Amino acid sequence: MIDKSTFWIVLPALALGTYAIRFSFLGTLGTRPLPGWLTRSLRYTAVAVLPALVAPGVLWPPATGGETDPARLAAALVTLAVGVVTRSTMAAILAGGVTLYALLATLG
Amino acid sequence: MTPVRKAFVRGLIAALPMTIVVGPFALLFGVVATEAGLNLFETMLFSISVFAGASQFAALQTMQENAPALVVLATSLAVNLRMVMYSVTLAPHFGSLPLRSRALMAYFLVDQSFATTVAEIDRRPEMTAMEKRAVFFGAVVAVAPLWFLACLVGGMIGKAIPPEYALDFALPITFLAMVAPMLRSVPHLAAAGVSILLSLLLAGLPWGTGLLIAAGCAMATGAVLDRWIEARG
Repeated sequence: MIDKSTFWIVLPALALGTYAIRFSFLGTLGTRPLPGWLTRSLRYTAVAVLPALVAPGVLWPPATGGETDPARLAAALVTLAVGVVTRSTMAAILAGGVTLYALLATLG
Repeated sequence: MTPVRKAFVRGLIAALPMTIVVGPFALLFGVVATEAGLNLFETMLFSISVFAGASQFAALQTMQENAPALVVLATSLAVNLRMVMYSVTLAPHFGSLPLRSRALMAYFLVDQSFATTVAEIDRRPEMTAMEKRAVFFGAVVAVAPLWFLACLVGGMIGKAIPPEYALDFALPITFLAMVAPMLRSVPHLAAAGVSILLSLLLAGLPWGTGLLIAAGCAMATGAVLDRWIEARG
């Protein structure tokens, strides 16, 4: 369960911060180019943050009390593999979901 | 039809295929947010004020792990940093438009409106700033109302979904599905690898700080390798 006081701090700060990011250059028309090291790092933000966000939960799911669950682990690996091969987010979600439900149903 | 109106329709049509992902993604957000204890009003306020799916999910996940607000913010804002690139890329095309126009565009600057506009500018570089803006808002009309509506529906049905459906795992699957298509170069692969490895090794650190360290090292790995490959030519 989410702590509501954290939520009410995060909500306005995240909304303003996200808007500031979007407005940054479009709004101020900053004409100076970004330094090279910065553009380089920005390119990798999504692949750096998202896997770290999910990896521990994939291996040690809170829903099973932290015990590795073959169905969830297999579903994660299938999602990743299908996403890499098809380059389609939707196909990867579908494949992962089908794997998860099929294994949960058969393994119990 | 005026050229501006034609541009609007082109943007709308070009963004339509993206609704296949946006609809279910927003639905899922509504469901996961209410499961995590937010009420419908809070869920909608979240979606309307932040309006950035991946970072909203990141915030939900870290808040559920009881991370302090600063860690939640650092994580979710990091997910949105890619939008600096979007803002940089679009800025030169819209400089002649009034500020209020650009301020409104900034709110609606999402993956879908950005991708549609850049692709269309690439195809028709001779468009005026007003036509380019019309393309942008065509894409916005295709995805934004759907995003809000699907969030609302997800929020309304959220509590009705029993735990047997393993919705706890919808989030990891969605994030992995978003990352997988990005793994198209050695630096991307290396960054993802470092991200996974360090997040597992540092999982014991309190308040999600392991996540921040892992993400920082992964970003640096990607940037350094990127630079090295470029220098080698």
